[in-house]
Amino acid sequence: MLIAENITKRFAGVTALENVCLEFQAGKVNAVIGENGAGKSTLMKILSGVYPDYEGRILFKGQPVRFASPREAQDGGIAIIHQELNLIPYLSITENIFLGRELTTQWGMLDRKAMRLRTQQLLDRLKLTVSPETLVAELKVGQQQVVEIAKALLIDSEVIIMDEPTSAISESEVEVLFSIIADLKKANKTIVYISHKLDELFKMADRFVVLRDGKSIESGDMRGMTHDDIIRKMVGRSVHAIRRKVGSELVKPLLTVKNLCLKHPVRTQENLLKNISFQVGRGEIVGIFGLMGAGRTELLETLFGLHPKRTSSTIELNGQKIKVNKPADAIEAGLALVPEDRKKDGLVLGLDVRTNISLTNLRSLEQGGFLNKTKETALAKKYVADLKIKTSSEKQTARNLSGGNQQKIVLSKWLATNPKLLMLDEPTRGIDVNAKNEIYKLILQLADEGMGILVVSSELPEILAISDRILVMSEGCLTSELSVDASEDEILKAAIPQTL
Amino acid sequence: MQIPLQTYRPVLLKFQSLIALLILCVAIGLLSDKFFTVANGWNVLRQISVNVCISVGMTLVVLTAGIDLSVGSVLALSGAIAAGLLRNGIELPANNLYIGFTVFGAIVAGLLTGSVLGGFNGWAITRFNLPPFVATLAMLTIARGLTMLWTEGFPITGLGDSFTFLGTGWFLGIPLPVWISGGIVLVVVLLMDQTRFGRYVYAIGGSESAARLSGVNINRIKMLVYTIAGGLAAVGGLLVTSRLDSAQPNAGTSYELDSIAAVVIGGTSLSGGRGSILGTVQGAVIIGVLNNGLVLLNVSPFWQQVVKGIVILLAVIIDKSSSRND
Repeated sequence: MLIAENITKRFAGVTALENVCLEFQAGKVNAVIGENGAGKSTLMKILSGVYPDYEGRILFKGQPVRFASPREAQDGGIAIIHQELNLIPYLSITENIFLGRELTTQWGMLDRKAMRLRTQQLLDRLKLTVSPETLVAELKVGQQQVVEIAKALLIDSEVIIMDEPTSAISESEVEVLFSIIADLKKANKTIVYISHKLDELFKMADRFVVLRDGKSIESGDMRGMTHDDIIRKMVGRSVHAIRRKVGSELVKPLLTVKNLCLKHPVRTQENLLKNISFQVGRGEIVGIFGLMGAGRTELLETLFGLHPKRTSSTIELNGQKIKVNKPADAIEAGLALVPEDRKKDGLVLGLDVRTNISLTNLRSLEQGGFLNKTKETALAKKYVADLKIKTSSEKQTARNLSGGNQQKIVLSKWLATNPKLLMLDEPTRGIDVNAKNEIYKLILQLADEGMGILVVSSELPEILAISDRILVMSEGCLTSELSVDASEDEILKAAIPQTL
Repeated sequence: MQIPLQTYRPVLLKFQSLIALLILCVAIGLLSDKFFTVANGWNVLRQISVNVCISVGMTLVVLTAGIDLSVGSVLALSGAIAAGLLRNGIELPANNLYIGFTVFGAIVAGLLTGSVLGGFNGWAITRFNLPPFVATLAMLTIARGLTMLWTEGFPITGLGDSFTFLGTGWFLGIPLPVWISGGIVLVVVLLMDQTRFGRYVYAIGGSESAARLSGVNINRIKMLVYTIAGGLAAVGGLLVTSRLDSAQPNAGTSYELDSIAAVVIGGTSLSGGRGSILGTVQGAVIIGVLNNGLVLLNVSPFWQQVVKGIVILLAVIIDKSSSRND
């Protein structure tokens, strides 16, 4: 259906893709696998017309094509559903689906009735039971994704590219998505599926293409492949899954949280977090699992002093009561937070590696009111070496590094504050397998050195792999505390809201 | 021998505004024999120094992704307060009280005026989460109105030689305003490059949420930035008032535009986080040289405005196309 021949794309001297050859077949789910920076997104941008300027050629239904714009690619029959959805929040589903392709009556007015009817048909087909008049802002992320798929179906796309479609949706929404994909397959659509989550690929994909360092390494049938096979092809060597030996000795309590509540910002009689109490021991890794909207991120934010006016709680660190009204108090007390959105909250992308690492720690680098730049550079160099951050130098702009290396910078800037308790929110989201394992290893090492660690994750395997103890949250409550031997069923059961 | 574009392109980009300035000077020099004279050189620098003072403060504001539209009015009020106090002092007939001001006292009062107005901007922006555009737009008209009230609409003149020395005097063969603006540039460059405050300003502009999570007290830094911007506008006001030996009620009108132009031509991004003080100085010099050149070449004032606008457009277009390849 879609064949790429010798695609090469260069950016200002950097080769992003080199002689990439691949074939996507109709009626199949074609997985594109590769580490971050392997060239997946560049390839997708070429296929969907974002980059009209490349070497090589693309054959679509046997005909050579070259799309000059995304619109041209869409009209040709290739739609892409980006990781960050491209919907306009305060327009209705109908208006979004028909944006730029509005139907008009013979008088040149919008034909709302026809558009609503067509939208209803599409939503029925995709089994989304909401009115076409609903504003997109009122939909859950998973539902918004379905709207994007409806948009692709409206223009009768033959190829639908999905970029990390499950990264922001809950498990039940993933099931819905997979059944939609299965239907699309039956309708002989070509699905191109990009994901880091290997489990998903084994479940969904029929064929795979592995990209590594901008080259197409191998392609073939997914059947008969194992996890290790795929990982070896991605990174070029095999990786060992890690698992921590559970310590049997008693852990001394480091953090004690009692009756933590957080009010809703608007509906103040409602609580987003309800009477949460727990402990984290010295050298202990506590994993917090929960579905979207369970309040995991809010819990970490509250502990870090981001919502001082809406919070009530008693927090003790090392047996001492602490009062956290702003992040500076939290840092002072010995807390650190690696936030969920590293590009926005974790880093100042436009600043260099050195400046980002030292940002939390400038006070200690001051001498007579001026910053000691020699010390600052030494600090950055130390972490670049310790955490194996791949960068041309500590003066490289953070924006130019891959996701895994950016996350290591965020870790560095917090480790530089010598925290007693490190809180991590989705520490490996959007990071390739290799960097993921390095980050796990680092977390284990830090715990061994006595740091308390609180990890929030929506990936069960991640929680199970590194935690000593698992807390499960649902709808703002702590619903269960489980040992690491707990089964996935047990954990999920505690995470699913009971009030449905 | 041919050098490929790739090798000297980074150098070109780094010094693009200096190169533009050089080309501008050579071009004007070729067209007018009065341009490359010592007297004209000092004249240009003295004229520029007011805009340099304001633009340095504006750069700090813009680096935090803000804007300060009030600098022109703050300049006028600060100058008028200093001039008024120096000339008339404070009279309270009811208490039979008269407070006279020395030149030094008047200068301090002028600087305080600017800083307080700037601080008020910062307070309104951080306390009520107002967009800087709106808060400083309000201050633009408030400060202008206060200037009119204070001066009753008439210039305050006859300020004495020791005050006018500030704007017209020379020291070691260099005009005093050039010393003052040069000193300010030096101090702020050090502040931005070598201190925690400078880092925080860049961090806030680059990503406010990341800076907040890193423990930066966003509100305090912003308060400081707007206070400094107001204080530097006051320095500009004192220089203008002293050079003219007169505080004009409509002094500094539309100066905010010249200073935003200097900041932008100097390569500072209006979305914050990227830029430099020295870039802004170059921007201010380019505008000053352009103004001076157009006057020397007898270009009509109307055309001068058109040319200036085109230069601003060109500068931003060049800057955009070069930063895209970062």
